[in-house]
Amino acid sequence: MRLELHGITKRFGALTANDRIDLDLRPGEIHGLLGENGAGKSTLMNILYGLYQADEGRVLLDGEEQHFTGPGDAMRAGIGMVHQHFMLVPVFTVAENLMLGHEQARLGFLDLPAARARVREISARFGFDIDPDALVEDLPVGVQQRVEIIKALSRDAQVLVFDEPTAVLTPQETDELMAIMRQLKESGTAIVFITHKLREVREVADRITVIRLGKVVGEAEPTASNSELASLMVGRSVELTVDRTPSAGGDTGLVVEGLTVLDARGHTVVDDVGFSVRRGEILAIAGVQGNGQTELTEAILGLQEHVTGRIELDGRPLTGLPTRRVLHAGVGFVPEDRQEDALVAEFSIAENLMLDRSDGAPFVKGAGLQRRALATFASEKVREFDVRAQSIETAVGRLSGGNQQKVVLARELSRDLRLFVAAQPTRGLDVGSIEFVHERVVATRDAGVPVVVISTELDEVVALADRIAVMYRGRIVGIVPGDTSRDVLGLMMAGEVPEGTRMAA
Amino acid sequence: MTAVRAEPATTGAVAMQRPGLKVPIALGVFALLAVLLLALLAPAGTSTFSLSASGSGAVQLPQIPLHARTTGIVVSLLAVLMAIGSGLLVRAGRRVPLWYTVVFAVILVVGFLAWATAGHTLPVTGLLESALALSAPLIFGALGGVVSERVGVVNIAIEGQLLAGACVSAVVASITQNLVVGLIGALVAGVLVSFVLAAFSIKYVVNQVIVGVVLNVLVLGLTTFFYETVLVNASDTLNSPPRFANLPIPGLSLIPVVGPVLFDQSVITYLMYVAVVAVFVGLYRTRWGLRVRAVGEHPQAADTVGIDVGRTRFWNVALAGAIVGIGGAYFTLGSVGAFSQNMTSGAGYIALAAVIFGGWDPLRASLAGLLFGFASSLQNTLGILGSPVPSDVLLTLPYVVTIFAVAGLVGRVRGPAAAGRPYLKG
Ligand SMILES: Nc1ncnc2c1ncn2[C@@H]1O[C@H](COP(=O)(O)OP(=O)(O)O)[C@@H](O)[C@H]1O
Ligand SMILES: [Mg+2]
Repeated sequence: MRLELHGITKRFGALTANDRIDLDLRPGEIHGLLGENGAGKSTLMNILYGLYQADEGRVLLDGEEQHFTGPGDAMRAGIGMVHQHFMLVPVFTVAENLMLGHEQARLGFLDLPAARARVREISARFGFDIDPDALVEDLPVGVQQRVEIIKALSRDAQVLVFDEPTAVLTPQETDELMAIMRQLKESGTAIVFITHKLREVREVADRITVIRLGKVVGEAEPTASNSELASLMVGRSVELTVDRTPSAGGDTGLVVEGLTVLDARGHTVVDDVGFSVRRGEILAIAGVQGNGQTELTEAILGLQEHVTGRIELDGRPLTGLPTRRVLHAGVGFVPEDRQEDALVAEFSIAENLMLDRSDGAPFVKGAGLQRRALATFASEKVREFDVRAQSIETAVGRLSGGNQQKVVLARELSRDLRLFVAAQPTRGLDVGSIEFVHERVVATRDAGVPVVVISTELDEVVALADRIAVMYRGRIVGIVPGDTSRDVLGLMMAGEVPEGTRMAA
Repeated sequence: MTAVRAEPATTGAVAMQRPGLKVPIALGVFALLAVLLLALLAPAGTSTFSLSASGSGAVQLPQIPLHARTTGIVVSLLAVLMAIGSGLLVRAGRRVPLWYTVVFAVILVVGFLAWATAGHTLPVTGLLESALALSAPLIFGALGGVVSERVGVVNIAIEGQLLAGACVSAVVASITQNLVVGLIGALVAGVLVSFVLAAFSIKYVVNQVIVGVVLNVLVLGLTTFFYETVLVNASDTLNSPPRFANLPIPGLSLIPVVGPVLFDQSVITYLMYVAVVAVFVGLYRTRWGLRVRAVGEHPQAADTVGIDVGRTRFWNVALAGAIVGIGGAYFTLGSVGAFSQNMTSGAGYIALAAVIFGGWDPLRASLAGLLFGFASSLQNTLGILGSPVPSDVLLTLPYVVTIFAVAGLVGRVRGPAAAGRPYLKG
């Protein structure tokens, strides 16, 4: 099936998320859609899938104009989508998820055996090993994604959209996914592969369309170089590495020993983890999302309930302390979900800058706020951290992701730190902001602070780390030097340590 | 392609989760109370458990005399043993099964009845019959609550729907002198209340709890006003509906105890049996149920497979209203006939508790409704017999049971993930 998008325009209020975008797709082709976070890729695909209505433009299938009012229409027309955030009901089984929306029924009762057979049949075609009766919430993300793929294929999708499918996968799983895409392509399916990772799109795509700020800025062949694609995507030439000297390496700052964290259901989410970080050193914690990194950082900050083991900062114990005391001990923290955990969206920039200092000088005296002191401080930080906003009174919720993150950094780095913990500090940021954040992290290290960076992006880990600890299923698989090869790191992220790997702990 | 691993990714090894000491401690406390009250403070005298049906015709059964002190000693001994047993189970790392707790409770109840009715005759069949009668509206209410919450709309308005159903059915049945039309009136009344709930919470995205509470107050105000200004003065024409007669099911109704309690009932009660089974089977085995649960758990996922979330929610909230409305008719057409102001007196809230206690499962929520109904019935019966417990304390019995049930046994259960959360499309 041949798909054409003509002049698609979509506005959200004043923001034009898609600006007259053209795209065409032929059967048996993998079309890479490359763009930074916020470029408008998901919006475009949601329009194709009927989830959003375009303000202008046309969608043609085999030359015929389509008017999708909902995903049901799009699916009937043969369009399938593997969503960035999986659209699976966690408490349903694989078979139930597969049949949802187009249930086969006998005398009004669900025909589960038919759905199971369908799961098995499609699984067999791709060599998946999926139990149709497994609950989706019990499956690892990589498998959940396969369930999504099966779901789309069970509707005989001719056009399949993969929206940032590799974000939750290990490098090995990513390779497997690419093999699946090629297999689908062989069988005549047209594929849109959305990503912001250059390497992946070059490896698998037949053609590449680059989107920036809602506009198509160019087409490229997969033979184009990384830096060509990157400058097309960002609009200027970018340095793909961070300038940094090797770590000076001071005394030990943070020591974690035998740390175990249980979640509310009593499952072990962090399992006997131990490491130490010297002053003036960056330890990166790598791993696929959901392998205990979140809980580990929260345990350090005193945000987890069932924690055993030892956490020590400069020889003083942090274990069991309430979060306020942990912060007072000189810990700076960038949480991974900045909108949820780091900022109050309705508060102004200035108010957000004093969120963790509401209990005394310099911003609070008695019960009153020191507005003047706060304003001076905020103006200074906004300048120093290059926060682009109309004024310090602008609500933080109205800033872009990059500027929000700068506010978080400004707050956390303006105290006297003895430890800096940054979880996913550049998730969802544009390249410019990523560079800025990385520079700041390195500067903090160079000021003699022990730094822990948690990241699921291998690029970031490699760019920043002096040493790398890889987490898998709550455990640290190994701690390796910062120059360890990506292949080795990839294997470690799947729980394997190749023979002869150099350790650094 | 490597084989896919099937263990959860987010968790490491499952820690040996120690079953809590909560259950053994609770059983232990009750066993101690039993020793104190039932054995040591037992009254002299004998209680007689009468198992015959209230009406004639059924097989006459023997009366069982239970000596209060002996029964008390036996029961408290059993209770202590069972409490110790549960402690041993937990020490062996096993969970105390639900049936264990239920058996424990039944034994204690028997002991308590023998204690409280010493010197009197306790009509066991009558106690159970009235328990079912009192639970019927609770069960309808709980079923409506389950359907509504499973589709993602918190239904605080059960109370209002019951009251509206009771009022409208009485009036409609009085005017038409037709019970079926009265029942349909109740159904429509429940649906109308639901429409308001659905419109405000789904279309206008008002907080569902607030809409529900406001609806309850509104229906109470409207029906009370209507009752005082109209019904009181025209009770002959507008408020004297016929009542559903009992329809004994041939054969089944002759079974001792169970027969008269379960199978010599009115059409509404039989409708209730049907409703429990239909909602249960429907929710887990049909297309309707799959979609309802999907919309209540993950509306966005439902949307992306072409299910209209808003419409599904709207019509299933309406369906819930219809079910609850019929429960409302039970207050009037199913039992006393005439409507009186605030005659549901909080049954809707108890039904809501049953929904939660039953873990959003139609069957278990219905059982919870039965439990609460039994507590009320017990309170009535003991009040009539003149038990040693002060009547004001007895009056609190159903609510005490509700609080203990909801507070003690909940926590483990997980409601529909998206219940109470409006679904907004991008
Ligand atoms: N439902 C929405 N309402 C308002 N703004 C939105 C909505 N969805 C996306 N946007 C905005 O549109 C832009 C493009 O977003 P998106 O298509 O998700 O980008 P991408 O997928 O390329 O990262 C972003 O600035 C985002 O904030
Ligand atoms: Mg996206």
